[in-house]
Amino acid sequence: MARDLHHQVEQFLYRQSELLDSKRWQDWIDLFTPDGVYWMPPEPSYKTWDGTPAIFAEDKNLMTVRMKRVLHPDAWSQRPLWETNHVVSNVVVEKETKEGVIVRSRFHMMELRRDDVRHFAGSYRHELKKAKDGYRIKLQRVDMTNAQAAYDYVLQVWV
Amino acid sequence: MLQERIPDLSQCVEPDRVRREVYTDPGIFELEMQRIHERVWIYCGHESQIPKAGDYYAVQIGRQPMLMVRGPDGSVNVLYNRCPHRGNMMCGDRKGNAGEFFRCSYHAWTFHHDGRLRSIPMMESGYSGTRFGKDNPDCSMKRAARVESYRGFVFASLAADGPTLKEFLGKSIVAFDDMCDRAPEGEVEVVPNCFRVIQHSNWKIFLENQLDALHPSVTHQSTGRAAHEVEKEIAKKAKKGEAPLSYHMLSAFATVTIDKWDNFQTLNYPHGHCILTGYMGLRPQDPDTLAYDKVMIKAYGRKRFEEIVGVNIHHVLIYPGLSVQSPLQQLRAVRPLGVDRTLTEIWHFRLKGAPEPIYRRSLAYYNLVNSPATLVNADDLENFWKCHQGLSSEGGDWVTFGRHLGRDIEKGGVVETAANCGTSEAPMRNQMKAWAEYMRG
Repeated sequence: MARDLHHQVEQFLYRQSELLDSKRWQDWIDLFTPDGVYWMPPEPSYKTWDGTPAIFAEDKNLMTVRMKRVLHPDAWSQRPLWETNHVVSNVVVEKETKEGVIVRSRFHMMELRRDDVRHFAGSYRHELKKAKDGYRIKLQRVDMTNAQAAYDYVLQVWV
Repeated sequence: MLQERIPDLSQCVEPDRVRREVYTDPGIFELEMQRIHERVWIYCGHESQIPKAGDYYAVQIGRQPMLMVRGPDGSVNVLYNRCPHRGNMMCGDRKGNAGEFFRCSYHAWTFHHDGRLRSIPMMESGYSGTRFGKDNPDCSMKRAARVESYRGFVFASLAADGPTLKEFLGKSIVAFDDMCDRAPEGEVEVVPNCFRVIQHSNWKIFLENQLDALHPSVTHQSTGRAAHEVEKEIAKKAKKGEAPLSYHMLSAFATVTIDKWDNFQTLNYPHGHCILTGYMGLRPQDPDTLAYDKVMIKAYGRKRFEEIVGVNIHHVLIYPGLSVQSPLQQLRAVRPLGVDRTLTEIWHFRLKGAPEPIYRRSLAYYNLVNSPATLVNADDLENFWKCHQGLSSEGGDWVTFGRHLGRDIEKGGVVETAANCGTSEAPMRNQMKAWAEYMRG
């Protein structure tokens, strides 16, 4: 059973990163529960996304704003060639409950924008809820190793 | 280099246009650092960033790495981040606490928080009979020539002479008054997080964009429309029929159409400072605002309260390196890194004594507009990069600032844009006028 669970959550994480890299934003948003939150704190000491500075702190409504913005034909910064490649690994099941599972992992994202390559890396912590067809994300916390570093340009979509 | 062809750099600026090399010539950049940034009052930080003795923050003034540090007597010092012995940088971190004194990591010279030499290992045996020691000021960390603070906002000037901070700020001082007065306790404190974003463009391009009232509905229409669509959906579903105010901040880019931006007004002051008036949703009537109003009336009385919340400011630009949105307690400091690289340091503040929901408004703006995952500035930075690329080309010699030229109203050194001329390029003209005065040398 433990190996099955591990396999299932791994497959879920791989699917999520594949949706990001293939720019299937709506499918990516659909991975969250109706009250799901995507959160990237400015540094690891932060305990909650609610009422604190955040790089991302988005419910599904704000995710939808971000998606609609990047898909708009006049989102000027979206015009150049822009691609990402995520690798997700070091998957550890932190806790299994009746409702779902908490899983930690590490990621590395390489981004190409015009001729510029950037690297972002760090850890994910997913609070997953069981659903009929797998899992939904209640809270995804993203602690990016370079969160406090100066940003050469900005982040356009989720990491 | 431009200066070889045009020795008097003020001739690069005409009333309605500027030579493109002003933005792209590395030699001009070096001269700007000497004649502007390393001479005028530059924002270092807020006193609440360094509450305890020994707390320090690294800050760049022009090309000079400096330290803002709190002394044991409560004073705020601004020092060159350099050991006078062999020139080592004293603090390699961006922030921290130096302890009871600075200690150089190379040969353990130590210094008081005000920069005075405290000790040198084996000072007697090593230095007796030499010119080095506590009596020689060259053996202390060098201090910024002048440091002044206004309502907790600390500035330094690396030039011993020049106007006082208050004289320099002039009317733009309202940026700090408006921010602090909106706090029931009359003070703000920094929220201890700084977002730092690098723009691949000249520092002046960012400043010129800050009061450019024509750009929002063009540059940010994708964000405006996206937010407006979601805002309408939320309102449809919500019982109270309204989306949070933060959606309104974003959707305004689409709902305030291009022609309406002419209703704004710009005020242009000496030294290149400018104000854009007309803040959207200045006085909403929601329960959170009404609760805040009550606290404010209790603190100030109704008459003073009306004066405070009636201040109609969208944005204050303090030339050459500070952009303040006082009604939302946002501050962006501009640090030029090179002719085509500019760092912005982005902070926000908490109004002391204000109810939590009012802070949440400031926070929402900070997170949505000013974070490194901004829903707004991504398109600005794209434009700045394109602007710098275009200006590097020989496809034209000039940058033009002619919009509403000749319609400005000048009163005692202050240029106000006329009614229905809010999209005037007067702020750019005003900034370049100041630039020409500084660069004349």
